[in-house]
This record gives sequence, C-alpha cells and structure tokens, in this order.
Amino acid sequence: MSERKIPGGVRPMKVVPVRHPWRWVAVVVLAVLAAMFVHLLVTNAGFDWPFMVDNAFRPPVIDGLLRGTLAGTAIAMTIGVVVGIVVAVMRLSDNPVLSGAAWLFTWVFRAMPRVVLIVLFANLGFLWKRLEFGLPFDRQLGALFGFDNFEARLFGFDTATLLTGFVAGMLALGLSEAAYMAEIVRAGIQSVDEGQTEAAAALGMPKGRILRRIVLPQAMRVIVPPTGNETIAMLKDTSLLAYAPVIFELYYQLKAVGTASFNVFPMLVATALYYLFIASLLMVVQSFLERKFGAGQRRNQGAFWRFGGNR
Amino acid sequence: MITISGVHKRFGLHEVLRGIDLQIAAGEVCCVLGPSGSGKSTLLRCVNHLEKINAGQITVDGHLIGYRQKGDKLYEMREKEIAAQRRDIGMVFQRFNLFPHLTALENIMEGPSQVLGRSRAECKTKALELLTRVGLGDRGGAYPSQLSGGQQQRVAIARALAMEPKVMLFDEPTSALDPELVGEVLDVMRDLARSGMTMMVVTHEIGFAREVGDSLVFMDGGVIVEAGAPREVLANPQHERTKAFLSKVL
Repeated sequence: MSERKIPGGVRPMKVVPVRHPWRWVAVVVLAVLAAMFVHLLVTNAGFDWPFMVDNAFRPPVIDGLLRGTLAGTAIAMTIGVVVGIVVAVMRLSDNPVLSGAAWLFTWVFRAMPRVVLIVLFANLGFLWKRLEFGLPFDRQLGALFGFDNFEARLFGFDTATLLTGFVAGMLALGLSEAAYMAEIVRAGIQSVDEGQTEAAAALGMPKGRILRRIVLPQAMRVIVPPTGNETIAMLKDTSLLAYAPVIFELYYQLKAVGTASFNVFPMLVATALYYLFIASLLMVVQSFLERKFGAGQRRNQGAFWRFGGNR
Repeated sequence: MITISGVHKRFGLHEVLRGIDLQIAAGEVCCVLGPSGSGKSTLLRCVNHLEKINAGQITVDGHLIGYRQKGDKLYEMREKEIAAQRRDIGMVFQRFNLFPHLTALENIMEGPSQVLGRSRAECKTKALELLTRVGLGDRGGAYPSQLSGGQQQRVAIARALAMEPKVMLFDEPTSALDPELVGEVLDVMRDLARSGMTMMVVTHEIGFAREVGDSLVFMDGGVIVEAGAPREVLANPQHERTKAFLSKVL
C-alpha cells in the first residue's frame, strides 16, 4: 500500500501485521475435505438426483409440508407461548399453590421426551371412550339419595373424534414447549430491574398492569432470541408427529415415497434439504427480530460475520 | 401532612428502624440526613408502603398507610387499596427508574392515563406543561437512554408530579448524578418547594437542606439523633454523632 497522508500532515506509522500461517494450513485441509465431499455428491450413483428432483415436489409432500410441518409448528408454538407466559406468571406468584402447580407442570413436561408425549397423548382414548364434562361424582351422589344411574353431564365427545393424531400431537408438542417457554419468560421477567416495578407501583399502578405495561415489554429483549431457537427446534420436532400417527407431514410423506419406490436414500436427502431450507428462512426472521428488540445490546457475532470488514 | 409514630422495621434479625417519630406539616420541606445504613431511605420507603413496617403507624393526609383500623384491630389492605393510596404520594428515586421503553413524554403520561384513566389528549397537554416546568419542553420525544442523568431525574420528577400528589418523597435524588448536573435537579426541587409542595427529602446536599429545608432530621443507627431548624442544627449541632458527621461532610 502506498503511503497516504492523513489530513493535518501526520504520517501514518508503518506496521507489519501479525502473520497467521496456521490459517493457511486450515484452509488447505478444509479445501481438500470440501473437494472430497463434492466428489461424493457428484459421482456416487446412490444419490440419484434426477429421481429426487422428480419426486420431492409431489402434491402429498407439499400438502404435508404446509399442513403438518409449517401449520404444526405455528400451532404448537402458539400453544407453547401462551401457556408458557401463564405458567411463568404463576411460577412468580406469591401464592404458593399457584407457583407450586407451575413448578410441577414444568417438571413433568420438561422431563418427558416429545416422542413419548406424542404417543401417550395419541393413545389417551384407551382410558376413556368418551370425554364428558359435568358434575363430578354424579352417580355416587345419586346413589346416596336413592337414584339409580343418576347422571348430570353437560356435554361430551367421542375421544376418537376429539383426540385425532394431529390434535394429540399438537397438545403434546404445545405443552412440552410451554414448559420451556415458561422458563424463558420467567428469566425475561426476572431480568427487568426491580426499580421498574417500584417506580410503577409508586405511581399507583396495580400489579397486573405493571406486568403488562412495564415489565413484559422490557422482558421481550431477553425473551425473543431464545424463542427463535425454540421455533426452529419445533420445526424439526414436527417430524415426530409421524409417531402419532399423522400422515400429512413432511418427513412421513417423503419417506413414504422412498419406501414405495424402493429408493429410500434420495428421499432422505430431500428431507434433510427441506428442513435445512425452512430453518434457514426462520433464521433470517429470527435475526431480524433480534435486531428489532435488542437495539443497543449487540455483542460480538463471531469472526465469520466480520470477514468483509468491520461493521 | 405526614405523621410517623413509633415506627420499627426489621430485615430478618437486623432492626433498621428503631422507633421513629416524625411530623411533617403541609407545605413543609423536611430534609433527612445521615450516614449510609442509618435507615433514612428505608424510612422514606415505608411512607408509601414499598416496605412494610413491623410496629408503629404512618399516616399521610390523615389516612393510615397500608392498614385499615377497625376497633383496636389492624387489617392489612388489599393490593388495590395500597395502589390507590400511592396515587397521592409521589416518589423520586436515586436511580431515576424511568421506563426505558417509553419516551420522556410517555413516561409522564403513563400514570395519569393508566391509573387515573384520563384521556390521552388531556394527559399529553399536562405532560408537555410539566416538561416545560422542569425545563425540558423540547425533549419530549427522547428516550431515557438519550438523556443525561440530570435530564432523566427531572423527567422522573415530572412523572411523579403528573399524578398531582399531595406529598413528594425524594430518595437521594442527586446521589447518582455527575457533580455538574446536581444543580439543575436541585433548582427544580427548589421551585417545587416554593410552590408549596410538602416534601420529604433524603439527601446528602447540605446546602440544599440549609437553604430550602424548613426542618432537618439527622438519623443514625435507625433512630432520629437530632432534629430542628436546618440552620441551627447545621451551625450548632448538639449531639456528638451529628457533630462528627457534619465535620466530615461540611
């Protein structure tokens, strides 16, 4: 670089930057590995790319993507966020019964694998053929007063129609998510300075309104980034719906195509690419939201992002 | 206006207030001095029930704070009733505690619109008036992080005044400020005192206490050591502890 003059006549000093020889070694090693990988993709007939392209966009697959995977993610996350906020507020309540119940909920649903929850919920019909709502102990009370078969039921459903595989799956995934969201929301609420609550209380605001108007808006900064991660995780976990079983779902449909045509591997690759693509879209949305809620809070994002110069 | 009698306050085993009696008349400015840990901030926080007292009673404008008396029994108030009592008691904090997600104007409007249920237009006019009064008429759209400490504290005073309180509590309002910015906050407080507001001010600003205060209370170890007219106490302290304290800060 030629010598430049800085305004004011100060000559910039000449500095030899620190050399990083090992970076070049790393580049060479990774370049060889990358070449090997590309070679594998191109030359191995097992991938059968034309077959994959022909079959990855069949109508049932697209239907599964929209109804099972995308809608499922949205519904389960909605249940998770709403129930999660309620559980977090209960957990922070002064009432020991409420906070105990919230702890119990979190404990149970965090401890159970999602696959197990989905299969369990899908089989609840084993316990009750019909779900009915009404006075508890109606038969027993009736018997006490001399009526046989006294029933005071308001309404009911056949379990099979109510708890279809999809509904059971949504409940299982949503409640499991709620347990995680409750912890995230709780951390968010607790991250807001106590002085904020005191200042609002000194103005004469009641507790509920302090939470809604003052604390939650500030807690969002802490709540939003992990919620993005949870959404991406949920996208992947909708593949577990196949165990409910739900057939209109991406993973199930792609695997079915592979099994039916005795060409399983290309469809598995297609599955991986589908999830990679949608998760990437979600990551873009996530980074946008983080920027919106985390203004003034940005930290070092890692050397990769600074490659093109400091931002 | 404020009557504090026989107030005790414990945190665990540690007794922070050990029998406090104090009366503040309407329109009086009472400055509370004392070393840190003497219980002066705790006493202030008891007045609007941010801290519960363990014994004694506090009344503001004739209303018992935090409890209802029926016969010789005290009943704890519900959260809503306590919130209603706090409307009449403005408070200014050492660390400002402005709401960072709201602009200066919105900070001031929050109380009247959310608690008193006034219309937004009415709140906004009032808030602009108050901002002008504290000398920040042109900074209404700024967020707290864009304001200096002194400006933030002046907004905080305006926020408290927006509730049209009967008394104002100040908890070391200038202790977190750069020395250069202390003056602008004290000026606002001086104007407020002149307008006839009843004020209880925990402070280390001896000059302010002497010039603006109608009465001065010196606290140490959870009791009031000495009280009287500011000029007399400051010029001629009677108690050894007061003398020792003043000799260090004057």
